[in-house]
Amino acid sequence: MALVEARDLVKRFGSLTAVDGISFAVDRAEVVGFLGPNGAGKSTAMKIISGFLDPTSGRAFIEGYDSQTQPIEARRRLGYLPEGAPAYADMSVSDFLGFIAAMHGLSKRQANDRLAELVERIDLADVWNQRIEQLSKGFKRRVGIAQALVHDPDVLILDEPTDGLDPNQKHEMRELIRSIAPQKAIVISTHILEEVEAVCTRAIIIAKGRMLADATPAELLARPHETELAVTIATADPRKAIEIISTQPGVSKVYVAERVDGVTRLLVHAPQNRPTAAELAGILGRSNIAVSEMFLKRASLEDVFREITNGSRN
Amino acid sequence: MRQFDLRPIDLRPTWLVFKREFAAYFATPVAAVFLIVFLALAAGLTFFMTGFFDRGQADLSGFFFWHPWLFLVLMPAIAMRLWAEERRSGTIEILMTLPVPAWQIVLGKWLAAWAFAALALVLTMPIWITVNILGSPDNGVIFTSYIGSWLMAGAFLALAAAISALTKSQVLAFIAATAVSFLFVMAGFDLVIAAVRSWAPPVIVDAVRSMSFLGQFQRITEGVLELPSIIFFVSLIAFCLWLNVLAIDVKKAA
Repeated sequence: MALVEARDLVKRFGSLTAVDGISFAVDRAEVVGFLGPNGAGKSTAMKIISGFLDPTSGRAFIEGYDSQTQPIEARRRLGYLPEGAPAYADMSVSDFLGFIAAMHGLSKRQANDRLAELVERIDLADVWNQRIEQLSKGFKRRVGIAQALVHDPDVLILDEPTDGLDPNQKHEMRELIRSIAPQKAIVISTHILEEVEAVCTRAIIIAKGRMLADATPAELLARPHETELAVTIATADPRKAIEIISTQPGVSKVYVAERVDGVTRLLVHAPQNRPTAAELAGILGRSNIAVSEMFLKRASLEDVFREITNGSRN
Repeated sequence: MRQFDLRPIDLRPTWLVFKREFAAYFATPVAAVFLIVFLALAAGLTFFMTGFFDRGQADLSGFFFWHPWLFLVLMPAIAMRLWAEERRSGTIEILMTLPVPAWQIVLGKWLAAWAFAALALVLTMPIWITVNILGSPDNGVIFTSYIGSWLMAGAFLALAAAISALTKSQVLAFIAATAVSFLFVMAGFDLVIAAVRSWAPPVIVDAVRSMSFLGQFQRITEGVLELPSIIFFVSLIAFCLWLNVLAIDVKKAA
């Protein structure tokens, strides 16, 4: 049984369909990254799975318990970091985490043991007795993570766990997620693509409430996509080169990327990988256009993401 | 499928929410300001408006007379943050995804506000001592009046808390709660009753009249027919707390 399951979730706010038929399952030891532009429906989907919002239709399960009809059982097994890592500003870090632990039914002793461990792991010792309103964004985020981990749940749903952290803190947060991942099923949302490559075993791309892809980062990178060739020619007047290249079959677009000191760099889009770099070099050579440099741009997850999400726009 | 659990209900979450909310009142100077305003208004109105000393009577009717009017503004001020602030700051997402039934959280929050109201009332007790020094009042009536006042405060608070659950703006919660409370206070006035009588059958007219906080509270302070009035406030509190739970559910599906 999957630890997290979403079955055809739909959520409408008036005439707006924020989530439009999202289905997926997450097993133990998986870290699933929710990727999507702002307003894609990532947070709404997470709110539904955590049981904070009711879906218009569809169902969500945490360890087999329905988030809507068996909320108490489902929530016992869930650690949830809401969007923006909210926390009671007027409480100290220790009071706040103590409150959350007690609400999860931990005894005083259990709570103290668990919090001592978390303070160490999440590095909260310096701010332990400070009021939350006085904390930096990074510490607030860490308090939010601690709050989600207090009862050692099997399922973690983290809405932008690294938002607002500096690069070192981001690195630490990813290390933390990686270190707890083998025992848990984790869903994180992010719009940082390197994060997906760094911590996720799977990525789900969402735009306009729809799931556009559900694959490992490696599979996403291996998707057929538009090749981009960067061609540098030793002339300030690329008109002839552009004319020749753009008439080649297979080329969808040619444009000037930069022009410096009598050298022009062109970018060539070739959807089917034709012409290849070698063929293009030959064609230009025959027309006496000197190619000083040529390379194939490797697709980044960012390119894949842009292609997938832009495709949904049309 | 709902199964009935016959174990005694564990009220620890209610207690935890109560403690947190009650402490939250004192996390800022708001509590102190509120208590000072309440005491100043209560004393000022009693001594200057109703002529406490001039009446030559050893009772506190001139003090309790003002309670419905004071509470009309001050109770929504106590209750407005209970839910609106959680919505504004987003903490409601944490609170409502804890493995705790919503009614326990609703109850805990309301109890915290009610305890704060109790504190405000306790701080007025010097006036009770004063009237005992000056004469020999009917302390039984004063005691039931205090209980009645506290219950009425509870009803105002439950109403305002339920309204607070519908918005993330404390200001909006305050205004709406004051407006609704005003209707409840005014329900016994001839002006309102006459307006209702023009179109409604006598049953409705009586029902509206009986919803009046003013009428119900007066009966308690006069020392007559306390029990029905006490039952009125207690059932209104229970009803509003139920509405509060409902308001949270409605927002979940919105």
